[in-house]
Amino acid sequence: MSAVKRKPGSNTIIVKRRSKASVWLRSVLLVLAVLTIWGFLTIDTRGVDLGKAAGDTARYLGIMFTTPRPVPRHFGITDGGFLPTLGVAAEAVLVTLALAFLTTLIGAIVALIFGLLAARNLTSARVSNTIKSIIAVIRAVPTVLWVLIFAIGAGLGAVAAVIGMSFHTFGYLIKAYSESFEELDEGVIEALRASGATWLQIVFQAVLPSSITYILSWTFIRFEINFAVAVAMGAAAGAGGVGFNLYMAAGYFFDIREIGFITYLILAVALVMELIATKLKERYHIHE
Amino acid sequence: MSSLSIESPSRYFRRQKLKITVFLVAAILVSLGASSLTRFELADAFAAIPRVAVWMAANLLPDAKALSRLPRILDRLVDTIFMSIMASTAAALASVPFALMGSRTTKLNGFFVVLSRGIASVNRNIPVAAWAMIFLLAFGQSSFTGFLALFFATFGFLTRAFMETIDEASASSVEALRAVGASYPQVIAQAVIPASLPQMISWVLYMIETNIRSATLVGLLTGSGIGFMFDIYYKSLQYRSASLVVLSIVVVVLAIETLSNSLRRVIL
Repeated sequence: MSAVKRKPGSNTIIVKRRSKASVWLRSVLLVLAVLTIWGFLTIDTRGVDLGKAAGDTARYLGIMFTTPRPVPRHFGITDGGFLPTLGVAAEAVLVTLALAFLTTLIGAIVALIFGLLAARNLTSARVSNTIKSIIAVIRAVPTVLWVLIFAIGAGLGAVAAVIGMSFHTFGYLIKAYSESFEELDEGVIEALRASGATWLQIVFQAVLPSSITYILSWTFIRFEINFAVAVAMGAAAGAGGVGFNLYMAAGYFFDIREIGFITYLILAVALVMELIATKLKERYHIHE
Repeated sequence: MSSLSIESPSRYFRRQKLKITVFLVAAILVSLGASSLTRFELADAFAAIPRVAVWMAANLLPDAKALSRLPRILDRLVDTIFMSIMASTAAALASVPFALMGSRTTKLNGFFVVLSRGIASVNRNIPVAAWAMIFLLAFGQSSFTGFLALFFATFGFLTRAFMETIDEASASSVEALRAVGASYPQVIAQAVIPASLPQMISWVLYMIETNIRSATLVGLLTGSGIGFMFDIYYKSLQYRSASLVVLSIVVVVLAIETLSNSLRRVIL
C-alpha cells in the first residue's frame, strides 16, 4: 500500500507508506504517550519524596538480594537454625505448588469438555461463539476478586483459592485447547463421520490422540502461570503457602532480608518451570 | 511411537492403555497429596459453588447506596486505568533496548544477550505481588507503588515478547540492510523498528488489558486504585457496593479488550 509520488515542480520522489494502518499506528502511539505523560503529571504519590524512596528501594533491593535470610520465628520455629527454617519454607512453597496443581487439574478437566464444544470444527459456530463470549466475561473479573467472592461462600482458604483461581484457568485453557483441536485436519473428521462414527468416537479416536501433546504442554504452561497466581493469592487473599509468608515479611515484620529469602525461593521455582515451559514451547512450536 | 518396528495392534493398544492408566494414577496420587497438604476438600468446593451462585444472584445488582458511590468508584477506576497504561507504555520503552540487545537478530554480543535475557527473566519471574510488597516498604500506600510493581513485572514480560517479535518480524530485512552496508543504528531505525512496531504495539495493548486486572490485585496489596475500593467495601460487608466495583471492572476490561482488538485488526 505504499505510495510513490513525485513532488510537484521538483525531481524528488517521495516514497512513503501512508496507509490506513500507519496512520492508526501513529495515533495509538500518540494517544498512549499523551495518556502516560498526563498520568505521570497527575499520579498520586501521597506526598512521598520519590527521590528518597527510590534511593531507599535501591538500598533495600541491595540488602534483599545480597544478604537474604529467614527469621525462624516467622516460620513458626522457636529454636532452630537455617536448615529447619528452610524446610518449613520449602513446605510453604510446596503448598503454593499444590494449590497451583489442583487449580490446573480442575481447570484442565473442565476446559477439556468446553474446549471440545468451543472448537469450530467439532460444534457449530454458534455454540463456539457463545462459549467464547462467556469466557471473555469470566476473564474480565480479576482472579483475586473471584477468590474473594468464593471466600464468602467457602471461607478464606484452599477451597476459595482453588475455585477462584480456576476461572481464569478455564478461560485460558479452553482457548488453548479449542485452538489445538481446530488444527486437526478436516479430512480426518469427515472420514470418520462418513464411516458412521459418533461424536464421542471422533473425539476419543481422532481429536484427543492427535492433540494430546499440545494439551499437556499448554496445561503445563498454565501450571507455571498458576504458580505465580497462587503466590499472589497467598499474599492478597489468605490462600496460604509462600505468598502468605511474603505478605507477612513485607506487611507485618518489615523484614527486608526475609523478603529477599522468600523472593529467591519463588524465583528458583519459577525459573525451573520457565525452563521446562520454554523447552516445551520450542519442541511443539507453541506461541503464546 | 515413531519407531518403525512392526508391532501388533493389540500390543500397541495395550501399551497406550497402560500409558494412560499410569498417567491418570499419577495425576490422582499427586492431587490427593496436594489436597491433604492444602486441606482442600473437593466436597467443600462443590458445596460452595451453589452457595456462591445464590449469593451472587442476591448481591449482583447495586442498590441506591451503592449507586451513590459510583462517582467515587469511577474516580478510582480512572486512576487504575491510568496506572496500567503508564506501566505498560513506560515498560515498553524500557524494554526496547533490552530486547534489541537480547534478540538473536540485533544482538551486540553474547555477553549482552545473557545479561538482558537474565534481567528480563528475573523481572518476569518475580510475581507482581512480590514486586508490590517490595515497593510498598519505601513508597508507601500509593498509586505510584502500584505503578512501580506493574512496571517491573510488565518490563520482564515485554522484553521477552519484543525479542521474539524482533526475531520474527525483521530477520530478513535486517540481513538485507546489513548486506548493503547499513550501520547498526540505521538497521535498527530503518528495518527493526518499522517491521516490529505493529506487533509491539499489539503487545502493549495486551499488557494494558492484563494490567488492569493485575492493578486490582496490586491495589489490594498497596492500598491504591480500584482494588483498594473493593477491599474497603468487601471488608465492611457492603457487598452490593463491592459488586458494583466488580461490574465496573468487567465493563472497563471488556471495553478495552474490544477497543484493542479492533485497533489490532487495523494496525497488524
